[in-house]
Amino acid sequence: MAEPKVDAEVVASKPVGASLVVGGGIAGVQAALDLAGSGIKVYLLERSPTIGGKMAQLDKTFPTNDCAMCIISPKLVEAGRHPNIEIIATADLLKLEGEPGDFSATILRRPRYVDIDKCTACADCVAVCPIHVPSEFNEGLAQRTAIFKPYAQAIPNAYAVTKKGTSPCKATCPAGTSAQGYIALISEGRYEEALEVIKQYNPFPATVGRVCHHPCEGECNRGKVDKPVSICALKRFVADTVYDQWDAVNGQRQKSKGAEDQGVKELTPFPLAPQELPPEEKRRIAVVGSGPCGLTAAYFLARMGYQPTIFEALPVPGGMMRVGIPAYRLPRRVLRREIDEILSLGVELKLNHAVRDINQLFTDGYSAIFLAIGAHEAQHLAIPGEDAKGVFHGVPFLRSVSLGEEIRLGDQVVVAGGGNTAIDTARTALRLGSRDVTIIYRRTRAEMPANEWEIDQALEEGIKLEVLVQPMVVLSDDAGQITAVRCVRMQLGEPDASGRRRPIPIDGSEFDIPCDALVAAVAQAPEISFLNPDHRLEISRRGTFQVDPQTLATNRPGIFAGGDAAAGPGALIEAIAHGRRGALSIDRYLRGVPLLAPRELIPLPVAELTEAEIAEMRARGEVDLRPREEVPTVQPAERTADFREVELGLTAEQAHAEALRCLRCGLCSECYQCVLACKADAIDHQQAPYEQELKVGAVVLAPGYQLFDPSRYSALGYGRYPNVVTSMQFERLLSASGPTCGHVTRPSDRQEPKRIAFLQCIGSRDREHDYCSAVCCMYATKEAMLATEHIHGVECRVFMIDMRAFSKGFDAYFQRAQSQYGIQYSRSRIPAVAEDPATHNLRLVYETEDGRLCKDEFDLVVLSVGMEPASEALAQAAGIELDARGFCQTEPFKPVETTRPGVFVCGTFAEPKDIPDSVIQAGGAAAAALALVGQSRGTLVPPKEYPPETPVTPADEPRIGVFICSCGSNIAGVVDVAAVTKYAATLPNVVHAENTIYTCSADSLKLIQERVREKGLNRVIVSSCTPRTHEPIFRDTIREVGLNPYLFEMANIRDQDSWVHAKWPDRATAKARDLTRMAVARSRLLGPLYTQEQPLFHNALVIGGGVSGMTAALNLAEQGYDVTLVEREWELGGLVRRLHSTGEGADPQAFLQDLIGRVKSHPRIEALTGHELVKSSGFVGNFKTTIASRLDPTQRLIEHGVTIVATGGQVYRGRAHNYGADSRIMTQLDLEELLTAISDNPKSKIPVPHASGGRNLRSVVMVQCAGPWDEDGSDTPFYCSRICCSVAAKNALRLKELNPDMQVVVLYNRDIRTYGFLETLYTQAREAGVLFLHYQEGTRPQIGVNGQLQITVHDPLLGQDIAFNPDLLVLSSAIIPAEGSRELAEMLKFSCTLEGFFLEAHVKLQPVDFPAEGLFLAGLAHYPKLIDEAIAQAGAAAARAARILSKDALEVGGVVAQVDASKCTGCLTCVRICPFGAVQINPALTGVGEIAGAVEIAAAACRGCGLCPAECPAKAIQLQHFRDDQVLAKEEALFEAIATALAE
Amino acid sequence: MSDFEPQVLAFACHYCAYAAADLAGSMRLSYPPNVKVLHLPCTGKLDVIYLLRAFEKGADAVFVAG
Repeated sequence: MAEPKVDAEVVASKPVGASLVVGGGIAGVQAALDLAGSGIKVYLLERSPTIGGKMAQLDKTFPTNDCAMCIISPKLVEAGRHPNIEIIATADLLKLEGEPGDFSATILRRPRYVDIDKCTACADCVAVCPIHVPSEFNEGLAQRTAIFKPYAQAIPNAYAVTKKGTSPCKATCPAGTSAQGYIALISEGRYEEALEVIKQYNPFPATVGRVCHHPCEGECNRGKVDKPVSICALKRFVADTVYDQWDAVNGQRQKSKGAEDQGVKELTPFPLAPQELPPEEKRRIAVVGSGPCGLTAAYFLARMGYQPTIFEALPVPGGMMRVGIPAYRLPRRVLRREIDEILSLGVELKLNHAVRDINQLFTDGYSAIFLAIGAHEAQHLAIPGEDAKGVFHGVPFLRSVSLGEEIRLGDQVVVAGGGNTAIDTARTALRLGSRDVTIIYRRTRAEMPANEWEIDQALEEGIKLEVLVQPMVVLSDDAGQITAVRCVRMQLGEPDASGRRRPIPIDGSEFDIPCDALVAAVAQAPEISFLNPDHRLEISRRGTFQVDPQTLATNRPGIFAGGDAAAGPGALIEAIAHGRRGALSIDRYLRGVPLLAPRELIPLPVAELTEAEIAEMRARGEVDLRPREEVPTVQPAERTADFREVELGLTAEQAHAEALRCLRCGLCSECYQCVLACKADAIDHQQAPYEQELKVGAVVLAPGYQLFDPSRYSALGYGRYPNVVTSMQFERLLSASGPTCGHVTRPSDRQEPKRIAFLQCIGSRDREHDYCSAVCCMYATKEAMLATEHIHGVECRVFMIDMRAFSKGFDAYFQRAQSQYGIQYSRSRIPAVAEDPATHNLRLVYETEDGRLCKDEFDLVVLSVGMEPASEALAQAAGIELDARGFCQTEPFKPVETTRPGVFVCGTFAEPKDIPDSVIQAGGAAAAALALVGQSRGTLVPPKEYPPETPVTPADEPRIGVFICSCGSNIAGVVDVAAVTKYAATLPNVVHAENTIYTCSADSLKLIQERVREKGLNRVIVSSCTPRTHEPIFRDTIREVGLNPYLFEMANIRDQDSWVHAKWPDRATAKARDLTRMAVARSRLLGPLYTQEQPLFHNALVIGGGVSGMTAALNLAEQGYDVTLVEREWELGGLVRRLHSTGEGADPQAFLQDLIGRVKSHPRIEALTGHELVKSSGFVGNFKTTIASRLDPTQRLIEHGVTIVATGGQVYRGRAHNYGADSRIMTQLDLEELLTAISDNPKSKIPVPHASGGRNLRSVVMVQCAGPWDEDGSDTPFYCSRICCSVAAKNALRLKELNPDMQVVVLYNRDIRTYGFLETLYTQAREAGVLFLHYQEGTRPQIGVNGQLQITVHDPLLGQDIAFNPDLLVLSSAIIPAEGSRELAEMLKFSCTLEGFFLEAHVKLQPVDFPAEGLFLAGLAHYPKLIDEAIAQAGAAAARAARILSKDALEVGGVVAQVDASKCTGCLTCVRICPFGAVQINPALTGVGEIAGAVEIAAAACRGCGLCPAECPAKAIQLQHFRDDQVLAKEEALFEAIATALAE
Repeated sequence: MSDFEPQVLAFACHYCAYAAADLAGSMRLSYPPNVKVLHLPCTGKLDVIYLLRAFEKGADAVFVAG
């Protein structure tokens, strides 16, 4: 980087050579590119996963109708690739501290859940994601998946996962099961995958799906709509269904055996994938107890590669699942199946094996012990007579029944207790033959711990429930056999410690319940009688093992305990959760990892949906309104005779319907299917947000805007009527890459609309928005034009207040829309839209200009929504002020400065504006930042070092390596890559061919480099995707191994083959062969290309000494470059010298004097007034311009690296309105001076020009749009001078301030075009009583000057002429190009518009560049504009110029055209057609036939377009890298096969 | 003639038509495989020789997009 001489005083504290740009829309991207291009390190911060902003969503851009994506995409790619730009997507600025030049920015990096460096953007994840949500990019008109890339061309080119939070079902589940995940998979019929999701957390889906107390359903957001999703029943459904499928095949789980060979991964999300394998011989783990907790622990330990052994005291496995839960709730075969599957993983089970000595297990070689012995000891009622015969206890009773022991209860049974055990006991008693079963419970039913539905089922079966009853004494007969239970009735008193009201006995209420048996089912505890002091295990007061609740570690290392034995009696799913947690702890313990190391995903906050959000979802049709599917049960009468299962499962149809009811609360369901599908291992659900600190010298804020949400104005019907869409939605409908592929259809019926209405100013120019959004008129015009191109015979009508076609080329565009496209415009504001419910057509009532009321019906209504600011949080973080509207606060003449020094602004955050204005302001902001940090350029961006290059000459035999990419399955899924690889190896000069899964992944790039070395490759070909995105990576790869980057060639067998020919795999394979063969043919002819360093002059010539020229000169000087400023006038200042006020009330003269002073005093600026250009030659970096004083003919040659053209404009002073004929007729500029004279002497009466007879001003008429087009016979077309409406409003206001009674009339026959914030001037003027009168379009005011001034116009509303006799007639005259503009254009070889303004390289994205490099444009020479706009543009031009001046030398050459002088005939064809002025005749060269002079192409100016070689009749020019032989070789290789076939 | 398979060569400008052909891929649009795209820096680079040579070598159609 060129290091300009640094001013001595700033050396001490050099600013940080980095900048932060916030916002990745077009403004932010442009600012980033301008800064990075000058050697500043740029952090480009973007909230969303991709840069591109709103512009990327647009279909086309006005006024050229260029494809928006086509023009923004190269900029995004450039930003993505720029070595000095670091894009930080999904991030926000949190805090900005420090001083200009030395800021510290704290940013929050939100997780993307995809590793950008690994993601190859192959989209395999999208195919498996079950979550579909409305696509933001397509404005809700299409769906996207939870893992997504917003659009095909997105940069960074990587996917991202949207997570809104943890779904309440998952958050509530003690085991953390991704219920939303398996439900989503069930909705797609992907049952096996759904089951596998459950099994990540729980090896007992069929069991849990039957008996879980499912707290998830209690929290389900769907419950806020109607009833929760039947989550539990869905779990059971999917388990039963998949098990049945497996059983139907061969009784075995169908684990796809060959899966591993095919590279299919098993689902092992964090944290189940151990970082290291278990040590030798698989470590053995002892699990004591085969209940849900023990079995679950064994299951996960086995999956992690351990060898668990389960010790079970009972003769059956399953613990409480087997001996606590009766078979009518959980059939034995269901449990057995799930246990068998756990055992099939290699888990050893020892039944009838009670462990009495825990220490012995260590002695026996177990590395760790997990105690999961459950709570199988029943607690007693502790009442007299409890030892009578016929008294049983719940848990042992159920166990005995389960184990088939014979138990006689008798007819009448009393069950004491209110929990699930009590219910199970009572229902079991019924099934054992008892006829009269009564449950007694001491509180009310509401307090019963048993599941509500279990109680219901018990009552259905005839069981009686006596609440508020407590047993007191067991009465028995002489034989000790129970006869009755004496009870007391209770009442509820004050709440006790449990929060429930304490039951208090009612005195004297005792009564007896006669019975044959009493089963006390009150509580249970672990059976720990075997423990002795040698075990040294701490026991809690509740009789459970004392454990750390997070890790389940006991006080002894290596011993863990879980389930009921650790936590006390709990729910089944809690025991399962403990089993998994214990397994994870044991794994960590054995690997020596801290037990508390992050184990589960860091949970996001619970995604609660508010009523309002749910209402919105319903309105958008995202809620499937079907009612909950209830689980069928066997009729009570049938079910009590035996232990058959009571609850039946859902059918497939029911399950599908039920799954669709899920509201997808968390968005991403964490089903991990993407993790499975991603062969690049790029997906990382563990990512968490983190803060990062960035050191930067300057900050540019470009956060953009948000679209106004029209559903806020309900009368418009948006959100209620399907065929009312926003303009952005319409853009997507027009877009070929949009939801309808560019076939414009209306949402209600997918029919082409034949009549479309565009409603303007929705969210602009209303009570809430005192500004104009500046772009809507033009985009509506564009959309209407495009609609007519898309839909044959469509009729478009735009309802507007004014047409704000204020900028370059806009009015002509508007005219064309009317004359060529037949778009109709009505000046009317539509307050309300009504719908015909039958047709969904929309009815509008509007008033015509002549006052008639019209009714009309349209097929589609497009709302032209305005811009709203949306960056309050950013403003706070950056420490800057917002204005009253919420936009960034700026001061007059400082358009890119915020209220905080060193923090700059651009784009719509400052004020609504269009794309070119945003790009201009971005350049201005970059220039301001460069003035601050420019001296540190290059300090933070060290250039990349490459090894010396291996020479490759045409004499060297080509040694080609071909790499055929599978791109995951993107190519390999269609194209037979193995066959193509084999084929490639047979092609001439191919010495190596290889297939890689992802050729662009880091390991494959290394592999390419290794192959280059070991095989001595001198050319490399990759057959994969598109060179547009990937060629730079591969070129860089071979450069790193010493090969010239131009020895690389690509064949596009994905985007242009496998993706488009998926229907024909064979033919796609054949095409892949053809494309690879073509690449080989060209590759053989490739040669190295080199760039040369060309020195340049590090100074600038600025032409024009107005505000634009001076601003540009000053900025470059502040950046450290010498500037020669040439002004034709004798004074600096240009047009602004005559301006005395701005709309905001600022003083332009004070500003101007300050600016002139700074320019004149700056040591790096030589300001030459009274000088003109004489001639100019040269090219970028090396211009030679001759100037001369207007007085002194002595010429002076200036050599300079860049040129900035800022020659300004002038006010039209034509005769059409009798200007000059009468001193009472003046321009707005004249009026300015007059008003200033008044305010300088406020006591004087308003001096009126002498011809008015000396009377004071009482009446002023202004006439808008006075320009050369008004002259008879003029051929100048009308164009809008952009500023005159606001100048008129401003001056009218000033007149009203002087004399509120003055009549001020503004006559206009087009529109009042006070765009952006200028709208407030218009509003204020009308409020002050200024009359704005719209007279008939196409007519001119008649102006009489005999004695009294008389102005007559025709008012179409009144249908008659109106005449005024004002004291003054003020012409709002056009701005026309400066004198000599065309001559200058000719001298510097650039073009002018029809109006004579200079034509930039690209209207939209290169508004300050000329097509030729090194020449830049600013100010009124470009187009009429306000001072602030000119200042911003001058900065932009300086920023662009600095990109060149900052370089030590220009790198020229590479893909450029070269002339063989010996073939040149000097015909000048190339000289004429070169758009960049790169071709010149060099008389020193010798052409064909020894003639003197031949053309020469300046490599620095050549852009490699290839026009000249194609046109050269003598074939004297070749474009390097696209030489004719190279192109033809490729072409011929394609037809080789045909030629061979024909020959045969 | 039902099995006639015309060979079509398409010359595409790097900035627009070639990008559009890639976009067709991103959008998984479908067209017959007998069209092969040849990448040029600009369609202005298209030399008449390229067109003639294509027909000479057996092209049934040439498509220029830019």
